[in-house]
Amino acid sequence: MHRRTGLVVLIAVLILAVALPAGSQEKPRSGGELIFVVPSEPPSYDAHQEETFGVIHPMAPHYNTLLRTDAFDKTGTKPVGDLAESWTISKDGLTYTFKLRQGVKFHDGSAMTSRDVKASYDKIINPKGGLKSSRGASYQSVKAVEAPDASTVVFRLKWPESSFLLNLASPWNWIYKADILEKDPRWYEKNVMGTGPFTFVEHVKGSHWVGKKNANYWDKGKPYLDGYRALFVKSSAAQVAAIRGERAHIQFRGFSPAERDSLVQALGPKITVQESPWDCVLMVAMHHEKKPFDDKRVRRALTLALDRYEGSKNLSKIAIVRDVAGVQVPGTPYATPPEELEKLAGYGRDINKSRAEAKRLLKEAGVPEGFSFTFKNRGIPMPYEPVGIWLIDQWRQIGLNVKQEVVEASAYHPMLKRGDFDVAMDFACGFIVEPDLDLHRFNTTSAANYGKHKDTVIDDLFVRQARAGDVEERKKLIRQFEKRLIDEEVHVFYTLQWHRIIPHNSKVKGWTVTPSHYLNNQLDTVWLAE
Amino acid sequence: MLKYLTKRFLLMIPTILGVAVVTFFLIRIIPGDVVELRLAGDSSAVSEEVLQKERVRFGLDQPVWKQLLTWVSGIARLDFGTSMWTGAPIWEEIRLRFALSLQVAIMATLVAVLLAIPLGVLAALKQDTWVDYAVRIFSIAGLATPSFWLGIVFILVMLIVFKWLPPMIYTPFWESPWQNMQQLIWPALAVGYRYSAVATRMTRSAMLEVLREDYIRTARAKGLVQKLILSRHALKNAILPVMTVVALEFAFLIGGLVVTEQVFNLNGLGLLFVQAVAHRDYTLIQALVMLVSGCFIVVNFLMDVMYAWLDPRIRYR
Repeated sequence: MHRRTGLVVLIAVLILAVALPAGSQEKPRSGGELIFVVPSEPPSYDAHQEETFGVIHPMAPHYNTLLRTDAFDKTGTKPVGDLAESWTISKDGLTYTFKLRQGVKFHDGSAMTSRDVKASYDKIINPKGGLKSSRGASYQSVKAVEAPDASTVVFRLKWPESSFLLNLASPWNWIYKADILEKDPRWYEKNVMGTGPFTFVEHVKGSHWVGKKNANYWDKGKPYLDGYRALFVKSSAAQVAAIRGERAHIQFRGFSPAERDSLVQALGPKITVQESPWDCVLMVAMHHEKKPFDDKRVRRALTLALDRYEGSKNLSKIAIVRDVAGVQVPGTPYATPPEELEKLAGYGRDINKSRAEAKRLLKEAGVPEGFSFTFKNRGIPMPYEPVGIWLIDQWRQIGLNVKQEVVEASAYHPMLKRGDFDVAMDFACGFIVEPDLDLHRFNTTSAANYGKHKDTVIDDLFVRQARAGDVEERKKLIRQFEKRLIDEEVHVFYTLQWHRIIPHNSKVKGWTVTPSHYLNNQLDTVWLAE
Repeated sequence: MLKYLTKRFLLMIPTILGVAVVTFFLIRIIPGDVVELRLAGDSSAVSEEVLQKERVRFGLDQPVWKQLLTWVSGIARLDFGTSMWTGAPIWEEIRLRFALSLQVAIMATLVAVLLAIPLGVLAALKQDTWVDYAVRIFSIAGLATPSFWLGIVFILVMLIVFKWLPPMIYTPFWESPWQNMQQLIWPALAVGYRYSAVATRMTRSAMLEVLREDYIRTARAKGLVQKLILSRHALKNAILPVMTVVALEFAFLIGGLVVTEQVFNLNGLGLLFVQAVAHRDYTLIQALVMLVSGCFIVVNFLMDVMYAWLDPRIRYR
């Protein structure tokens, strides 16, 4: 009996001995400077006007937003309060009332109030003084933003919108100081003044950006880091060298599989790899006003030709694509379940059957064997090049003879807008996975409807899903939208979901990869292990 | 001499104007513009109205002749405008990078000159011996090896063998010479090696030519020691074409280290050039082309002055 008790005690001690240090390692440690690489650089300092992650990565730590996405949620779709402490939504879904945190101060020591939130959102939604807003169109449902008292902000909507709360968690919607905006609406293009966990130290153009801990940050105990330094490095080889040579801890956008493998091989346990499906996708746009792509049988044949599952296996070894997905990122709330996905054209497991069907459809549409067309691709190597080559090979297998024309990146978007293509690679990258944000582009009137399809059913389904109050009902509508878009009418079709790979120094803790490279850059939860 | 210099100086003005006009039109032939690039991004669904508003702000809606007039009148006032990508004054963008590029150019030139002149002279003196062959192999290898490739090799060796990488942020020499050298010595060596190869070949052939001249034979016949023959009579005459090569290469290095700066992640003018072209930042591209061509023109002018000073036949012509 004694011997058995002794054994139990010994095992318990051993478990504790192993478990305790592990547990204590995960307790955030204060201090240190996080160094990260940014492959792009801010054109201006005003996130309300800019489009590149080169603004978000070095600058987000200086700011707060009204809401943010949960820093530890891998889907990046769970809104939580940032400057908002709590909120209520009226029964009709038309009024959102936010209570703000008390004691929040700007870096100049002045108090943040609802007036600042209102001024910031007024600037985002209806910019004045010749300013532009890159995201004003996402808030068309907003009738008014009100600040009834210093700690309350009310958004009044023209119609209920399911995505509204998550849209307020946009990483672009930094809260600026109302007094400054009043004096000079362009002040934030060249200056920094936020309430965020880090204050601004310096920006040396083309070189680096430095921030230091905000000692008066409202979230007591945070941030853990003493500061951070963002290094602007364009060349991907130099980025990998920076991580490998331990000149930088992390790069928040993503590396290729080959770069990940080389870092893991070189640094072993010193490297931790976090991966996630990426909210970026390459699609194929077909011009609906050009023959034979005006025929949906031809468009359907093009998607049926793709062996997405085999393509995923092979391409994921060399390119930043992996998952086979529908109109939403896998693993997120409105993603297509695999069993439903397999029912869509081009997603079936039996590729021979799909390709036989594709050939039959082409024949039926009068497209001869060996029919030739030009596929326009964007002149960016990763992942456009490998995916483009893969597409051409897949189409060859149903008897199509496809020539690829690579168009220089800066000329690509104007080319799409002009409709100067038969079949072309289309692309989209979102900052939060949300059907309203991701599917809006497929509406008939959207500026991104490059294939020029006209489909009132799609338009109607989009509006209905956007206004659906119930999650299950919304899911059903999104499935209908998806079936219509990529199966029945095949206005466009998806290739493979991008795959985000972040190999980082194992010292970096408290950071979680999400499907968006625009999220989780406030750095308040990040800390460095010894 | 004064007449010669004035003539050379005045010739610089039409050259600069010609460069300005050609640059202005050439970059406008490239499809795409800064507004598309900056606002279309990956989401690519910005409305035409927003794009047009931005074009108006940059004056891109104006007729091309009007844009040219604004640009040329700006040059006359030494006002190159603001960057279309960052909104910062062009001078500020250039000033930030100029010191680094200039230092790399100077260091690479020093490496090149220190290698090229002794090696070239030695190869000429020991023509067709193993010394000559060794120098020729060294210089031909330098000509055949791109600087950026050598740079990559340097970085890989440092990473794999020494587990070390040069600093990624530029520290001015006067702030910390040690930090500064740690970062810049590698690109200077990579670029300087190729540069020295060109100059070595030139020194060798110029020396061989001079060493066969009558006045060298005379000097030898008079019993002058080899050291004096080389320094006073041979090298002084052979150095003119070498100086031309070195000077032109120096001017090129100011803005031409495009790939090497990418490899070493140097925040210099070469990298700025690439970014400006990639962003279709017209004002910045125009200013950078003017700067580099200005460097070439000034260096050429200085070379002409030096030629005139060293060679009386030129100044009395």
